[in-house]
Amino acid sequence: MNSQKYDFAVVGAGVSGAWIAYELSKYTAKTCLIEKENDVAMGATKANSAIIHAGYDPVPGTLMAKLNVRGNELVRELHEKMDIPFRQIGSLVIALSEDDEAKIRELYERGLKNGVKGLKILTKEETLALEPNLSDEVRGALLAETAGVCSSFEMSVAPAEVAENNGVDLIRNFKVENVSYEDGYTILVSSDGKTVAARTVINAAGVHADEIAALFGDDSFTMTPRRGEYSILDNSCKDLVRHVIFQPPVKYGKGILVSQTVDGNIIVGPTAENIDDKEDKSTTTEGQKTAFDGARRSVPSVSERDVITSFSGIRPIGGKGDFIIGFSDANKALFNVAGIESPGLTAAPAIGEYVIEKLIESGHKFVKKDDFDNTRIVVRFKDLSDEEKNRKIAENPLYGRVICRCETVTEGEIVDSIRRGAGARDMDGVKRRVRAGMGRCQGGFCGPRVMEILSRELDIPMSEVTKFGGGSRMTEKETL
Amino acid sequence: MIINADVAVIGGGPAGLAAAIECRKNGIENILVIERDRQLGGILNQCIHPGFGLHVFGEELTGPEYAQRYINMLAETDIKTMTDTMVLSLSSDRVIRAVNAQTGVAEIHAGAVILAMGCRERTRGMLRIPGTRPAGIYTAGTAQRLVNIEGLMPGKNTVILGSGDIGLIMARRMTLEGSKVKGVYEIMPKSGGLKRNIVQCLNDFGIPLHLSKTAIEIHGKERVEGVTVASVDENLSPIKGTEEYVECDTLLLSVGLIPENELSRGAGIAIDPKTKGPVCEKGFETSVPGIFACGNVYKVYDLVDNVTKDSVLAGRSAAEYLKSRSF
Ligand SMILES: Cc1cc2nc3c(=O)[nH]c(=O)nc-3n(C[C@H](O)[C@H](O)[C@H](O)COP(=O)(O)OP(=O)(O)OC[C@H]3O[C@@H](n4cnc5c(N)ncnc54)[C@H](O)[C@@H]3O)c2cc1C
Ligand SMILES: Cc1cc2nc3c(=O)[nH]c(=O)nc-3n(C[C@H](O)[C@H](O)[C@H](O)COP(=O)(O)OP(=O)(O)OC[C@H]3O[C@@H](n4cnc5c(N)ncnc54)[C@H](O)[C@@H]3O)c2cc1C
Repeated sequence: MNSQKYDFAVVGAGVSGAWIAYELSKYTAKTCLIEKENDVAMGATKANSAIIHAGYDPVPGTLMAKLNVRGNELVRELHEKMDIPFRQIGSLVIALSEDDEAKIRELYERGLKNGVKGLKILTKEETLALEPNLSDEVRGALLAETAGVCSSFEMSVAPAEVAENNGVDLIRNFKVENVSYEDGYTILVSSDGKTVAARTVINAAGVHADEIAALFGDDSFTMTPRRGEYSILDNSCKDLVRHVIFQPPVKYGKGILVSQTVDGNIIVGPTAENIDDKEDKSTTTEGQKTAFDGARRSVPSVSERDVITSFSGIRPIGGKGDFIIGFSDANKALFNVAGIESPGLTAAPAIGEYVIEKLIESGHKFVKKDDFDNTRIVVRFKDLSDEEKNRKIAENPLYGRVICRCETVTEGEIVDSIRRGAGARDMDGVKRRVRAGMGRCQGGFCGPRVMEILSRELDIPMSEVTKFGGGSRMTEKETL
Repeated sequence: MIINADVAVIGGGPAGLAAAIECRKNGIENILVIERDRQLGGILNQCIHPGFGLHVFGEELTGPEYAQRYINMLAETDIKTMTDTMVLSLSSDRVIRAVNAQTGVAEIHAGAVILAMGCRERTRGMLRIPGTRPAGIYTAGTAQRLVNIEGLMPGKNTVILGSGDIGLIMARRMTLEGSKVKGVYEIMPKSGGLKRNIVQCLNDFGIPLHLSKTAIEIHGKERVEGVTVASVDENLSPIKGTEEYVECDTLLLSVGLIPENELSRGAGIAIDPKTKGPVCEKGFETSVPGIFACGNVYKVYDLVDNVTKDSVLAGRSAAEYLKSRSF
């Protein structure tokens, strides 16, 4: 078989795979990043709380604790250079009962052990002074200053783009379904018969990581999908809370949170429900009710009336209580990065570093490239001053044409989002990168114009523009 | 760049055009109409069906024909227009910031401002219909634009949720373009659309109208594959046991319009929580002196003829306001 040959094939372009590819792109090793969908960040990474956790939650001594704290540092260090939207708004775990008070003291202690800086226990008065809309039942809170909110899409798109700009091949629409072996290479075979050869396969397939491992004869773990549902509120509610507001963790996760998003909306969720289908991202009436009932315990005035959209995400639960990162015992061609449950988004940049560390430990020789560049500049028209806007429009008149009126997104930004490394290929891809269609009208006005731009830039007929790749065509055909 | 205007009109749909022309008739000289789209006419450009103008012109016109009459009237005056120009902000002292590809960001200082930004449609998110998030869900107005302006068919088998006029008109339009419309589902016990539209758009084509029924779940991974519909009780809650699965690849939502008042809010204009439009005392003047509102930005109208009538009054008030200040 005549397959493209790589030193490393990273399977899964979620936030873990993207940061692993990013780290690998610093070296001369030949790497590809393989994704079954039409875009990066379509799995767990697509739909989560987007919180950059401080690191007081994981049990001290675990990989999760170490990589959470390091990941938090890396996000704060890299976000400006890589233009990843991030706001360090801090988080509060609030106590609503005596039990809760004991729990937040325990979290505080854990945080100290994990090396988290900027932790403080607040009194009721201090808590309410920071967050006047909290329930009057609140008895105090754990403040974590290093916590923040980010765009989970950009947390993956940015490293994937840098990786692609630095020589990694991003291969989309390649669902790994089979493997064979040839001359020291593993041949990955896609569901439609395409092939790629790699010396080492890094399995970062999220909730499907157990299936990838099984192809290599590794059945040491299984992944259980656990669904979490969310709602986003209109940005007229944005002052409801200023920090990430958690309740103390419950058995199935971190409980229902209320937070600002990085864009200044309010997010409410997630629920926690074990499900059978790993791709079942439906939202349900009961789930929405659970989320709001839970949220009202912290912030009594949150209301379903302000919802602009709801979504749900699938947590890849590995059942080991910790991240599973390392060479497979069953097959040395396979390196697993599995069980990446929360705080996986936060930890991802550190997961990338750790994978390289492990590979070096196992004897792999890396040679640094001297031209690696991780600078990334994304024009966000809305945030520019009028002078900067004018300068941009003079450079490229497409920045003067507003396409999405709810979010003030210009044609220039949409074209950029398609042409950049790891660029958009469909409607959701554009929406996730530049927010066109994310606002109040949810794409009612700009949808047809974004379709036009995609069709022109990708050189495909309008009727082949999809919402998110595959069979998700926006329209059926041209009218006669 | 700074531009001065006696009257600046935001929005070049039927409301903005009628108001601007009326200002000119009342002796105002320096008038500027700012429109986001490439052409004037607003939502009428995509309403290619007849039924417009019976009251104003005494004859039946299509949407684009109706709009064209006002575009022509405007062209006979010296009213200035800026198209392909988006208004970004409005302040209470009537300074407008607008952007386009030629001039960049311009500041427009206006003696009076007329708001005529129209409305937007309610979306799936606002209805909070549970289920998956596949392609094939459109608001009726967006589907109308796709079919009538872009020449694209949303799908083969359509379910329409909501029996507002746009939904009814789209039921007929989709049928004429070859899509099977499985039914129109209305949560209320009676349709919100005009009688003539129910007759001409549904009955004439044998499209069933299901009252007191709504969609409770959307199915399908990539494209819509179907919706579950159910009857609702007097509190509009779905009744257990009445669920029914309807196969379709397209779901159109015609579930209401909301005046587009983000700019108004930015200027500190009081908004009526019921109509979602500016509170206007008399002559369509908002709570901020010198700023007027007309058309769908003020309240949602069923008929464009009534938009025109009210917008004429708003234009006249704006002219009177300016005159009272200059003498
Ligand atoms: C509800 C919820 C809330 C969360 N909140 C937070 C939070 O606030 N902060 C935080 O730090 N973390 C949070 N997390 C955790 C975080 O989202 C995950 O840890 C992280 O996104 C996992 O990323 P991943 O790249 O490992 O997996 P994924 O994002 O699932 O990526 C796996 C990728 O592999 C691809 N793939 C799968 N099978 C194949 C195949 N056969 N061939 C090719 N490609 C394949 C998938 O399409 C997917 O893109 C949350 C998770 C959930 C679900
Ligand atoms: C989808 C739809 C279908 C309809 N069908 C019918 C029908 O069949 N028959 C009927 O009688 N009535 C119909 N109507 C009713 C409609 O209310 C009126 O007919 C009329 O079009 C309203 O006029 P308007 O000028 O207020 O708003 P619009 O026609 O919507 O015009 C508003 C204009 O303002 C512009 N604008 C908005 N914001 C900005 C900004 N920030 N900067 C610059 N410009 C801006 C918009 O681009 C638009 O051109 C329909 C309405 C809709 C929404």
